[in-house]
Amino acid sequence: MSTHIVLDIDGRQHAIEADPDMPLLYALRDDLSFDNPRFGCGLGQCGACTVHVDGTPTRSCLLPVSAVGAAKIVTLAGLGTQDHPHALQSAFIHEQATQCGYCLNGWIMTAAALLRDKPHATEADIRAGLAGVKCRCGAHMSILRAITRATQA
Amino acid sequence: MGNISRRSLLRAGGAIAMLPAGGALVVSFADPTTARAQAAAPPPAGPSPPGGPPPDQLDSWLAVQQDGSVTAFFGKMDPGQGVDVAIRQIVAEELDVAVDRVVIVMGDSERTANQGGASGSTGIERGGITLRYAGAEARRVLLDLASQHLDVPVGALQVRDGVISVIADPASGVTYAALIGDRRFNVAMQWNGIYGNGLVARGRAEPKHPADYRVVGTSVPRTDIPEKVFARHQFVTDIRVPGMLHGRMLRPAVAGSVPTAVDVASIADIPGARVVWKQGGFLGVAAPREWDAIRAARSLKVSWSQVAPPFPGNAALYDHMRAATPITRKEMVKQGDADAAIAGAARVVQAEYEWPFQSHASMGPACAVVDAKADAATMWTGTQKPHFAAIGVARILGLKPAQVRAIWVRGAGSYGRNDAGDASMDAAVMSQALGAPVRVQYMRGEGTGWDPKGPASIHRARAGLDAGGTVVGYSFESRGFSRTDIDTNESNPAHSLAGQLMGVALQPTQEFGVPTEPYLFPAQRRAWETIPPLLDRASPLRTAHLRDPVGPQLGFASESFIDELAHAAGSDPVAFRLAHLTDRRAIAAIRACAERFGWQPLVAGSSLGGGARVTGRGFAYAQRGQTIAALAVEVEVDRATGQVRQRRWVVAHDCGLIINPQGLRLCIEGNIVQGSSRALWEEVTFDQAMVTSQDWAGYPILDVVEAPDAIDIVLLDRPELPPSGAGESAIRPVAAAIGNAIFDATGVRLRRAPFTPERVRQAIGVPT
Repeated sequence: MSTHIVLDIDGRQHAIEADPDMPLLYALRDDLSFDNPRFGCGLGQCGACTVHVDGTPTRSCLLPVSAVGAAKIVTLAGLGTQDHPHALQSAFIHEQATQCGYCLNGWIMTAAALLRDKPHATEADIRAGLAGVKCRCGAHMSILRAITRATQA
Repeated sequence: MGNISRRSLLRAGGAIAMLPAGGALVVSFADPTTARAQAAAPPPAGPSPPGGPPPDQLDSWLAVQQDGSVTAFFGKMDPGQGVDVAIRQIVAEELDVAVDRVVIVMGDSERTANQGGASGSTGIERGGITLRYAGAEARRVLLDLASQHLDVPVGALQVRDGVISVIADPASGVTYAALIGDRRFNVAMQWNGIYGNGLVARGRAEPKHPADYRVVGTSVPRTDIPEKVFARHQFVTDIRVPGMLHGRMLRPAVAGSVPTAVDVASIADIPGARVVWKQGGFLGVAAPREWDAIRAARSLKVSWSQVAPPFPGNAALYDHMRAATPITRKEMVKQGDADAAIAGAARVVQAEYEWPFQSHASMGPACAVVDAKADAATMWTGTQKPHFAAIGVARILGLKPAQVRAIWVRGAGSYGRNDAGDASMDAAVMSQALGAPVRVQYMRGEGTGWDPKGPASIHRARAGLDAGGTVVGYSFESRGFSRTDIDTNESNPAHSLAGQLMGVALQPTQEFGVPTEPYLFPAQRRAWETIPPLLDRASPLRTAHLRDPVGPQLGFASESFIDELAHAAGSDPVAFRLAHLTDRRAIAAIRACAERFGWQPLVAGSSLGGGARVTGRGFAYAQRGQTIAALAVEVEVDRATGQVRQRRWVVAHDCGLIINPQGLRLCIEGNIVQGSSRALWEEVTFDQAMVTSQDWAGYPILDVVEAPDAIDIVLLDRPELPPSGAGESAIRPVAAAIGNAIFDATGVRLRRAPFTPERVRQAIGVPT
């Protein structure tokens, strides 16, 4: 029942053999060692597993790997690097945002799409746009400061 | 589960049965009592558990490398509040090296001494003590070495950034690395013989005077955040070892039910899927691929024992608690005759408050990897107490504690004993049974439905006021489930789901607590009583420490009640508190908070507004150990929806000497936001059979949309006092502050948490 699947991740092609029903998250983590999308709930409720699929923030814990097709996947690792950081990555460091950081992927990946579409998002826009992304430690204030800072970059 | 083929039925406790290659393998204990005997084994001999390298050696705490970097070995860990940075600052300060030259090894049971893990916000308060002494002692030893090397007396030497030079000849320097790089100090420390939080070892050197601090007190940034932001940080969920299998557990639909039959054939088509079923009720599956393990756990056909549903259901929880017969009662504070004083008072006020079970609901369900071999085991765990966890795993595996190494790797944030302590036990049992390293990661339902819970409680407060509005008698009594059905320390398998499912009954200890704010009430009683747990083993409602164990409950009730007393006395709530306090630090914190807030004296609820949205302000304070937190909040209540918006918080915080102001501010913010989540949203729900809040829909937490508009923090630095913990103090009064503000806004007192929109709407009534 395994199927040959080719995924375009962070600009490179990766081939795997996998159950077509397997969620993309496990392909990323277990087959390809893209560890940053994280398992939080497996229910699409928390955002920890978020990746961009053709630019759309997507909960990879629910998306069957066979449904990705030729879509381009971007993970946090593909968003920016220490030498060429995304504005959000710099801002999160500046604000020392998040506590344990297990949720961080969900915030940055969701916010990256929000700020791409709305570069001058207000704090109200940011709160509304990030609704539903979970942070259990209660680091919301530093996260909001970081995303707001990124709008001013 | 019907339709189990007789052919494939296996009984737990039987021999190992193998199916054809590629099929499933069932493993059971040949002798199920082995696990019980192991689990019930007495603690290891000696004054305390094995605790890593010997605490009485300087080399156990610090090492200087050839490249001039310094490694600090810290026997606690940092769950994400930057404790590691603070420890590096303390070491850098004492050693006079740049803080970025100090690296830290945390929570490795083989490389760090057992300082108790993360526990009671003592990371800096207790954990920093020995590192501070070690830094000072290492500096002394290095100065001695330099004195010989340079042939000048120590008094003629100075240290800057790891270079020792003659004061009169600064070009004469010799580096720490040249003096001792990669070599051992071989210097003894005086150790108090205690492992855990109480461990203290010190050398001959006196640490610096706080007036001389240059690194301590500055906002050194965390090193883990860039790693996380650039997708390089490794969490425990990212650990993979060769030959590793992925494990998943099966839990019953009715708490207390255990498997009676397992149909191995039901997962025969899943590649490499194997079953581990142990006497009593331990049931897990494993497979080389994670997705296959998940599918196997979903597909495995299991018959479960019929048991009577054990719970009252959360709708009847408080009735059950009131009717229960207490196990233990303790009067922690008894001063004068409180009852007589209340009886003789001009006015008597009394109220009862209720607090539900709450869940850790960590951001990611627990994960652990255990590689159990015949004579040794290695475990990778996100637990807060790796040294103790290693002992627990040793005991469940029948190994000696010294044969197990726990390597702490950061997991999703924990706030006490979350589900991590169970995951490592499950992984250990499966690894031993399958002869391969096993990684167990729980699913969301286990992280929220089956994690140890913070206890539900009822608090009955009574007080008498004299004609002038002063308290003459005070009684505060709590009735709750013990906060320690299972111990926070993970060294005993009896305190894990795996141990209990293999036949070891719950061994609860009876612990609760009383308010600790030093109000001067001339006659008072503060007491608690605990009632029996709802299920005697493997209960999804078993309790353990959850951030500031029972503090949020106590703070909610006691600081709400102070507000009720102030109202009854016709007093401003801040003025009322100040009138009953003499503690100078408490008064200073309360005043600092009120001043920053712009608090003008007014009796609560005396300016009720009309309209769809009403605002109010609330005050509350807490004293936890040596740390003081005074909170004021302004809320807006939507009378139609019952939603409570946190418009503005002011926190005044005194935890003695501040090591890292930015880290402290972020820590306090986390207290407020998580505290408001617990106050406004969090309640474990359950029916008669099982916990029903198993995910983020069933167990909502505060959303970013509802996060406070602003949190303004006043740090009260006290360099003359030792640093005390900040991880749990400010969370304690949060619910009371919000409840007091809701009262000020609406005139309605909420005495049951959480203040969900529905509950607020019902309490205040539909607006006309």
